[in-house]
Amino acid sequence: MAKRVGMEISVAISEVVKLANADVIAAYPITPQTHIVEHLAKLVADGELDAEYIPVESEHSAMSACLGASAVGARTFTATAGQGLELMHEVIYVASSMRLPIIMTVVNRALSAPLSVWSDHSDAMSVRDTGWIQIFVENGQEAIDNVICAFRIGEDRRVLLPVMIHLDGFHLSHMIEPILLPEQDEVDKFLPKNDYPLPLDPAKPVSMGDFAPPVIYSETKWAQEVNLRAAKEVILQCWNEFGNHFQRYYSPVECYHCEDADVLLLTMGSFSETASMTIDKMRKEGRNVGLLKLRLWRPFPFDEIRQAVKKAKVLIVLDRALSFGGPGGPVCSEIRSALYDEENKPKVVSFVGGLGGRDITVADFEEIVNKGIEISQKGSNKEFEIFGVRE
Amino acid sequence: MTKPENEITWKDLEIGFIVTEPGNASQYKTGDWRSQRPIIDKEKCNKCTLCSIYCPEGCIEQTDEGYFEANLFYCKGCGICAKECPKKAITMVEEEE
Repeated sequence: MAKRVGMEISVAISEVVKLANADVIAAYPITPQTHIVEHLAKLVADGELDAEYIPVESEHSAMSACLGASAVGARTFTATAGQGLELMHEVIYVASSMRLPIIMTVVNRALSAPLSVWSDHSDAMSVRDTGWIQIFVENGQEAIDNVICAFRIGEDRRVLLPVMIHLDGFHLSHMIEPILLPEQDEVDKFLPKNDYPLPLDPAKPVSMGDFAPPVIYSETKWAQEVNLRAAKEVILQCWNEFGNHFQRYYSPVECYHCEDADVLLLTMGSFSETASMTIDKMRKEGRNVGLLKLRLWRPFPFDEIRQAVKKAKVLIVLDRALSFGGPGGPVCSEIRSALYDEENKPKVVSFVGGLGGRDITVADFEEIVNKGIEISQKGSNKEFEIFGVRE
Repeated sequence: MTKPENEITWKDLEIGFIVTEPGNASQYKTGDWRSQRPIIDKEKCNKCTLCSIYCPEGCIEQTDEGYFEANLFYCKGCGICAKECPKKAITMVEEEE
């Protein structure tokens, strides 16, 4: 039986990487991800985890080392945040294009300048189109459960793709929460061994990351796209089986009181916890509001989103990142475009807030909902509303 | 690969475009890049081999007669052979087909 422990979420993530029996960890410490790799380094140094821990000189090297490790068929893990993710950027594309199932926790952090170590989703949005499977988690339990699932999804022969688990810096990474930490035999039963089909092997040489002239490049990219879209089915199966093993079920879009709701709020990541408290409060006051929590960011769950919002009149999306000079919130922009051709669709209102660690409280979310309803009725000539900025 | 490269579909590719046959770069027709081809004047050529040595593609081979000829499957038309030839026996001519 799983133990219920009070544990810092970063430490709990390291503990499940140990339970997943990772072979190679290559990482560079950066706030607010540091505790994950620090604890993993300790587990390896203490002999509790039999893995190669490669203390590289940069995040670019971290991901490069992960490519090599994953290419020989090793179960490979890394973690980064904010600027570290940016420094890794070019190699992130290589991992997904080469179909190497590297698992990475991204502890979301705002990007410089000005320097901020606090959380938002601007780092995550910069890697939106890199071809990784990307999952946003809301709390510690979701974080560790999805790290376990990430290994199984990424290494599945039908998938073979790297997976990012996004968790908000500090709001999650440094929080001590009650967590059900599974036992080794429970994880062993759920997670098969990594068995990469075409590893680097001197006995059967292959070459990876090859040169592709114009006559073949498009075919390689289409193969990658078809594969990432098809991964959704495996993700759903994995979450379902995870539920059967551990009694906690996950879905691409989680609905909270939204079956009969006229007004829906949509959030991603840790703010969903606060937003659900707002929904509880407003429901008690007789308001017909609900919350959608977007968990699966890539592959984007088009059908689930369309299904979830089709009875609502208003959909208010909160983004924690800004697409400068563009549509405002990247999440809202994708949802608007997913709904554009639908006959029955809600009015979509875009808010951007919570940048660089700025808190959004229960009362703030209530204000966002009320203002969103007002905008949906009166209309607006703005692409989006910025929330909480002093004028 | 068994098919010509312009007939390979995305379904034919190995995962991540992994190449399982070593040495298949020789199947890649770099001759497609060429806009000029080298023509050798056998009257001027003294079979010194310098064109073959300077060719960055390594595609100039000696014929049975002892002259040197570029393999047009690989020749990119860079013109280095014509530039280096001490007898000025090589002329670069526009590809017009």
